[in-house]
Amino acid sequence: MPEITLPASLQGVEPVRSVRTPARLEYRYTAGEATTRFLLGIKQGKILGERAPGGKVYVPSRGADPQLGVPTSEQVELPAVGTLTSFCVVNVAFYGQGMEIPYTSGLILLDGSDLPIMHLIQECPVDDVRIGMRVEGVWVDDADLAPTLESIRYFRPNGEPDVEVVQPGEGVTW
Amino acid sequence: MAELAPQGEVLSAPLVIEYPFTRTTGPVVGAFLTGLREQVLVGIRGSDGRVIVPPAEYDPVTSEDLTELVEVGPGGVVDTWAWVRHPSPKHPVDRPFAWALVRPDGADVGFLQAVDAGSIEAMATGMRVRPRWAEEREGSIHDLVCWEPEA
Repeated sequence: MPEITLPASLQGVEPVRSVRTPARLEYRYTAGEATTRFLLGIKQGKILGERAPGGKVYVPSRGADPQLGVPTSEQVELPAVGTLTSFCVVNVAFYGQGMEIPYTSGLILLDGSDLPIMHLIQECPVDDVRIGMRVEGVWVDDADLAPTLESIRYFRPNGEPDVEVVQPGEGVTW
Repeated sequence: MAELAPQGEVLSAPLVIEYPFTRTTGPVVGAFLTGLREQVLVGIRGSDGRVIVPPAEYDPVTSEDLTELVEVGPGGVVDTWAWVRHPSPKHPVDRPFAWALVRPDGADVGFLQAVDAGSIEAMATGMRVRPRWAEEREGSIHDLVCWEPEA
């Protein structure tokens, strides 16, 4: 690095070496009709999926089947019980985290649905978390139910024996 | 085919995404920011003798490293300007103001700065301005809030 020369007024002064430059983007997120149906269900303590004409059940539904390109046509209430199909143990602290590390976030395939949702896995040591584990959602108190996935606090093991998980791509027929 | 009924109003909510970047400044930009903290404006001398502010790390003509930081200002001249009738929440001044190219005394180029003159009638190309410093300075571009007309 080339040597710089400073004006007299800055000689011997502690130099600035770094600067904070946060990037902040303020949006208004509009859920759309299908996600609105899902979120209003959550507000009532229900998990609502939607079935497409091909038979697949999506949750949360975006209102259309991505395989067939047609609208979903039937509402399906799903239990807050499912199987962990994938997970990630978070060991690294980051800004805005709001969780004590280590913690686990997982993909949970609710019974009767064809698309996993992402949520926290708690009440289980991170070393015991495994694919195929059966889990159940823990809701907030009824009075605190709101149209957000935070109305489910987390998922926890429900004590049922593990099941085999079909890995992504396996058994998929187009 | 059955259709799922719309539920009336579609939900929407505020969504804020924020990334807390920290950048290292290097010695040249660091000197400029150090100067702002100390209420000193700093430029850099180019290969043709011109003083550039804020200081550039490389010569605009030869691309060579530049190293000779020089104090400029504190007063300056408005080279050109545009009036902002409706400041946005992120603007440095919360009433109508001018974006101006301000050329500090001793510098040969201007840089884009806000001038808080109160009214468009108080603005003129060639007018003299002085910096308005933030009360609490931390070595950031925001240490120099804006410029105002010299009394």
